[in-house]
Amino acid sequence: MSAPFAEAFATFAANGGGKPDWLAPVRQRAFARFAEVGIPTTRDEEWRFTPVAPLSEHSFAPVSAAARPLAAAELTPFIFGHAEWPMLVFVDGRYRAELSVRPDLAAGVTLGSVADAVARDHPLVREHLGRYAGPEATPFTALNLAFVRDGALLHVPAGVTLQQPVHALFVATGDTTDAAAHPRNLILVDAGARASFIESYVALAPEARYLTNTVTEMVLGPQAWMEHSRIQRESESAFHMGFTQVDQARDSHYRSFTLAMGGAIARHNLHVQMNDSNVESLLYGLYLGRGTQLVDNHTAIFHDHPHCHSWEVYKGILDDRSRAVFNGKVFVKPEAQKTDAKQTNRTLLLSDGARVDTKPQLEIFADDVKCTHGATVGQLDELPLFYARSRGIPLDAARTLLTWAFAAEVIDEVVVAPVREELGRLVHSRLTEGA
Amino acid sequence: MLEIKELRAGVEGTEILKGIDLTVRPGEVHAVMGPNGSGKSTLAQVLAGHPAYEVTGGSISFLGEDLLEMEPEERARAGIFLAFQYPVEIPGVTNAYFLRAAYNELRKARGEEEIDPIDFIDLLEEKLKIVKWEPEIMQRAVNSGFSGGEKKRNEILQMAVLEPKLAVLDETDSGLDIDALRIVADGVNALRREDRSVILVTHYQRLLNYIVPDQVHVLAGGRIVRSGGKELAHELEARGYEWITGAVEAVA
Repeated sequence: MSAPFAEAFATFAANGGGKPDWLAPVRQRAFARFAEVGIPTTRDEEWRFTPVAPLSEHSFAPVSAAARPLAAAELTPFIFGHAEWPMLVFVDGRYRAELSVRPDLAAGVTLGSVADAVARDHPLVREHLGRYAGPEATPFTALNLAFVRDGALLHVPAGVTLQQPVHALFVATGDTTDAAAHPRNLILVDAGARASFIESYVALAPEARYLTNTVTEMVLGPQAWMEHSRIQRESESAFHMGFTQVDQARDSHYRSFTLAMGGAIARHNLHVQMNDSNVESLLYGLYLGRGTQLVDNHTAIFHDHPHCHSWEVYKGILDDRSRAVFNGKVFVKPEAQKTDAKQTNRTLLLSDGARVDTKPQLEIFADDVKCTHGATVGQLDELPLFYARSRGIPLDAARTLLTWAFAAEVIDEVVVAPVREELGRLVHSRLTEGA
Repeated sequence: MLEIKELRAGVEGTEILKGIDLTVRPGEVHAVMGPNGSGKSTLAQVLAGHPAYEVTGGSISFLGEDLLEMEPEERARAGIFLAFQYPVEIPGVTNAYFLRAAYNELRKARGEEEIDPIDFIDLLEEKLKIVKWEPEIMQRAVNSGFSGGEKKRNEILQMAVLEPKLAVLDETDSGLDIDALRIVADGVNALRREDRSVILVTHYQRLLNYIVPDQVHVLAGGRIVRSGGKELAHELEARGYEWITGAVEAVA
């Protein structure tokens, strides 16, 4: 059998990737599932506008040799916030303690790498890993679980407020061509606990070709509060497949911000499962495309219970011949009365060659609900342009200003100020780069 | 300062201004009045260079330069400021950021360095007094969610910061309550100088109780049908536009 990734999996399983004993069959089953479904084609509705066939043209495999030492300075461009923020650094998919920051945290908080937890047979890992985003979710969650080895592990016990955000930084070195990393993050926030989690995906070599196939499983207990920021700025030759599964208990509050600006082909699925009533989920997203980048965001919100509120705003700015895909699913079960769900997708096309395929997909089976959606695609409005010019701002600068304003409106929703400022800095510098 | 000759302009092939002649000297305040649809706002927009309006004839000279050859941003840098009838909302950009960007563009055009952000805050504090505003307003997005009165005040604030040579106020008084009207009028009066001219485009005489014009022009059917001193505004208030426009139609 010469299925894609088969050889890599055989090597991985043979050289220690198979341990510990309980995990080996989990990986085997996951790989069997992946081999069965294979890499999706554009005939698959879920992948209609996102041709990931190029993934099978390369032999993406985990890096086996230990990566070279990195100087802390190499990471400087990717670090923000405060020096005392906990930070877990992963290089080509493997945790690097010497680059990470592990301050003392509140009593009972667990923070570390999945690999360490697996090695110590930590009960949290055994209980939760792979339970929420299993092999059936997508072909890539299956592939991720087959190669699962490392990632961020965070557990905030009941009632604890984590004062500092936790930053998980995934660095691709590009030292090995066609390296694959399959990180899986496990984030557990128990009843009444509050935390903020940031995951960033960055590249040391801006032209490197590699695969990041990442999964984040997040479980929020009753009345938990979480702000989750996801910063995807891979190399523009890389492939990024991401899947985030969020499970929410009663009265919990989840807010996410997804920035996607890297990758040749980048896909992120964000699935929010409302497991009880009075859940609130706020999903904000911003995607930037240039050159021939393809950036795909799929979101799915499962309103399974009454009195839940979801609010979603995804915006995109596409230049050159870049493409974007947005698919927003909202499922409202018959018992989910008093659901309040609003979805907005707006894409700004800066060039004639750019395009977006946007599809809201609301399936509502309850009758007493308030569900709306709207999608717009267009160029900058003439009137604000004239207004800015009438104040002396030249046309090009006015365009940049208004494009920035379009992005800033959604960035402003981020609560943790240093994260908001970093997002603003990243987007602003990207928008002014081409100018 | 400004010399408009035989100006013809329109939008989407419809001629609205049908030959306007108007001369404004330094330090003068001119009121341009007229009924709805007379072309008042078109004149204001054409002066600022709104791209939707097409100039089909005539000329505009501003400080000796051909205004019609200039882009909107060049006109602003030359010293023209239009206070919009409907100020535009720009969500995502703070008032402070926008105004500093504009201010710096004007400085650059004069060959000056960009202003130090701290100095700009000081400058703003001074200018905010003119419109009786607290600095908090500067952290809100430009006109976004502003009331009608706040938007008009914001235009006056921008004018105060940008210090134009010619300010064109397009129905800045419309929709204002008496307190807001007074703030706007005081703001304009505070900026009056010997070398700064103002064109007030208005439908009502009310504003002219607070900003006393040197000349009043009545626009009807795309032409200036009568010009006079400030007493012309009072007469219009008393007798209505029909008094003049009807007479013109009768003659025509």
